[in-house]
Amino acid sequence: MSDIVLETKDLGISFGGLHAVQNLNLKIRKRQLYGLVGPNGAGKTTVFNMLTGVYAPTTGSFYLEGEELTGKKQEIINHKGIARTFQNIRLFNNMSVIRNVMVGLHNQPEFKCNPFTSMFRLPGYYKSEKKMRERAKEILRIFNLEDERNNLSCNLPYGKQRKLEIARALATNPKLLLLDEPAAGMNPHETEDLMNIIRYIRDNFDMTILLIEHDMKFVSGLCDEVTVLNFGTMLAQGTPAEALNDPEVIKAYIGG
Amino acid sequence: MGNLKTKRSSFKLHHHINWIIAAVALVLVVILSFADALGRSDVSLLNRVAYSIILAVSLNLVVGFLGELSLGHAGFMCVGAYIGCYIANYLNSVIDSPVLVLIITMFVGGLVAAFFGFIIGLPALRLKGDYLAIATLAFGEIVRNIFKNLPYFGGAKGLIVNKIFSSTKPTLLIISFIVVLITLVVTQNLIRSKHGRAITAIRDNEIAAKAMGINVTYYKLFVFVFAAFFAGVAGVLYGHQTTPVMYSFFSYNYSIEILVMVVLGGMGNITGSILAATLITYVNFVLQNELTGNLAALKLLIYAIILIVVVLFNNAPVFRPIKEKLNFRRIFERKHSPERIKDDAAAWDRVPTKIQMDELLSVDVTPTNYEPDKSSKDGGDD
Repeated sequence: MSDIVLETKDLGISFGGLHAVQNLNLKIRKRQLYGLVGPNGAGKTTVFNMLTGVYAPTTGSFYLEGEELTGKKQEIINHKGIARTFQNIRLFNNMSVIRNVMVGLHNQPEFKCNPFTSMFRLPGYYKSEKKMRERAKEILRIFNLEDERNNLSCNLPYGKQRKLEIARALATNPKLLLLDEPAAGMNPHETEDLMNIIRYIRDNFDMTILLIEHDMKFVSGLCDEVTVLNFGTMLAQGTPAEALNDPEVIKAYIGG
Repeated sequence: MGNLKTKRSSFKLHHHINWIIAAVALVLVVILSFADALGRSDVSLLNRVAYSIILAVSLNLVVGFLGELSLGHAGFMCVGAYIGCYIANYLNSVIDSPVLVLIITMFVGGLVAAFFGFIIGLPALRLKGDYLAIATLAFGEIVRNIFKNLPYFGGAKGLIVNKIFSSTKPTLLIISFIVVLITLVVTQNLIRSKHGRAITAIRDNEIAAKAMGINVTYYKLFVFVFAAFFAGVAGVLYGHQTTPVMYSFFSYNYSIEILVMVVLGGMGNITGSILAATLITYVNFVLQNELTGNLAALKLLIYAIILIVVVLFNNAPVFRPIKEKLNFRRIFERKHSPERIKDDAAAWDRVPTKIQMDELLSVDVTPTNYEPDKSSKDGGDD
C-alpha cells in the first residue's frame, strides 16, 4: 500500500451544470510512468488543474503518499510535492534560462535565505546563491541546456522550451511530476530524445510521472499504465496495449 | 578562490553600475558643497533629484519588476512627509543634533508609509490590473484630502516645518544622496536574489509562478510595503527641504510623473529610472525657472514635447543604430562575452502592465463585450 504515490477517490468537478470530470479513480505507484489520454475536451488538463490546486474539486478527494491535499492552495501543493508543466508553455520569458530553473529551486529548505539577508548581502546570501546556481546547472545538464543557460528563455527553440519547463518543474524537487503534452510540437527526433530524458528522470530521481499526451506511439512506448478519459469519465484503464485496443476507446477516438 | 585575479575577472560592471553612479554623485556633491560651489538653486535642484530617484526606483520595483500598476505612490510619499515632519517639529526641541532628528523621522515616516502600504495592499492586491490602479489612485487622493482637513497638520495652509538645517550648509543634500545610495544598493541586492527572481517570475507569468510554489500574495505585499517605505522616506526628505508641506503637491499628477520616470527609464531597469528621474526633474526645474510671467503657460507644452521626443528616441526603429552606438554598456565592455548574464529588464510592451495601461488610457470597454477576467484561474484548457 505504501508505494502508492497518488490516489484519487471519486475525484470530480463541475462548472455550473457541466460535469467536466466525474468519478476519477487513479492509483499511481512509485516510479510509474502513468499516461492520461483522451480526445480533445475530455477533461485531462482539468484533472491536472485539480491536482495542482488551480481548481478545487467539487466531489471526491486525492492523496499524495496518504496525505490529503484536496482543495489546498497551489503553492502548498507544490511544497508537498506535485509539480507540473503546462500545455501552452508558461516560462518566465524575460528571464534567462538558468534563472527560470532557479525560480523552481526557490522553496528548497537548503537554499533558505530571508529577504533581509539578501537585501544587505549577509554571508548567508552568497552561500545559498552559489549552491542554487550549482544545482540549477546540474539540472540543466540533464536536459543538455547548460550551454544555453544565459540566453533569454523566450529565445529558445520550441523543443528546448518544453525541456526547460520540465527542468523547472523538476527543480522544485517533486514526488510526482505532471507533464501536460510534453511532446506537443516536437519532431520525431526530439520526441525520441524526450522519451529518453523522461526515463532518465524516473531512474535517477525515483520520480513518478503522470503525463497527458496525444502521440500514441509516445504513450505506448513509454507508459506503464494508462487511463483513457472521454467526456470527463473513465473509459478504460490498464496497460497501454489493453487500454488503447479497447473497443470503447477506439469508438471514442474514431467515432462510430 | 578569493584571490584578486579571479575577483577582477568575475567583476561585472553592469552589475554594479547603479551604485557606482550614486556613489560618484555623492562624492561630487560632497566635494562641491565643501568648495562652496553650489548656489541655493543648485542645492534645491539636487535635493529634488535625490528624492525623485528614490521615488522612481521604488516605484520601478512595483511597476517594472512586480508588474502591478500602482498610481498611489505620491500618496505614500504624502504620508511620510506629513508624519515625518510633524514628528520632526516635536523632536527638534528635544534632540540637539539635526542629523539625528532627520534619521529618526525618516525611519518613522517610512515605517508609517509602509504600514499604510500594508493596509492598502492587503485588500487591493487581490485586484487585477486596472482595478488595482484605480484603487491605489483613490488611496492617494483620500490620503491627501485627509491631511488637508486635519487641523493638526496645518489644514489647507500646509504643515509648517521648522527648518532644522541652515540653508547655508548642504547637510541635508549630503544625507539625501547617502539615502539614494542606500536605496539603490538595497533595491539592487533584493532584485538580484532569489526573492528578486520570484518577484520577476510573478510579473512574467503569475500562473507558472504559483505552480512553482511561489507565495504570490506574500511577494506582492512585500514589494508594495517595501516601495511604500522608500516613498515615505522620500517624503520626509521632501518635507525637510520644502516648507510648508502642501497637500496639493501629492496629487494624481505627481503619481503620474513618477510613473513617467519609470516608463521612460524602462520597466525593470534601475539605471534607466535614475537617469529618467534626473532628466525629468532637471527639465521641470529649468522650465519653471526660465519660463516666468506670460511664458509660464508654455511650460507644460514644452515639457510634453520633450517627453514625446525622448519616448520616440527610445522606441522608434529609426533611432536604433544611433542607440546601439551610444549604448554605454557596450562602450565600457568592449568584448561581448556570451558569459554575460542579462538583466531582467523587460521591453515595455512585453510586460502585462502595458496592456493594462492601454486599457486604462483608452476607455473603450463597452458593457456588452465585458467579460470578467478569469485568466488567473484557468491554467490552460484542453
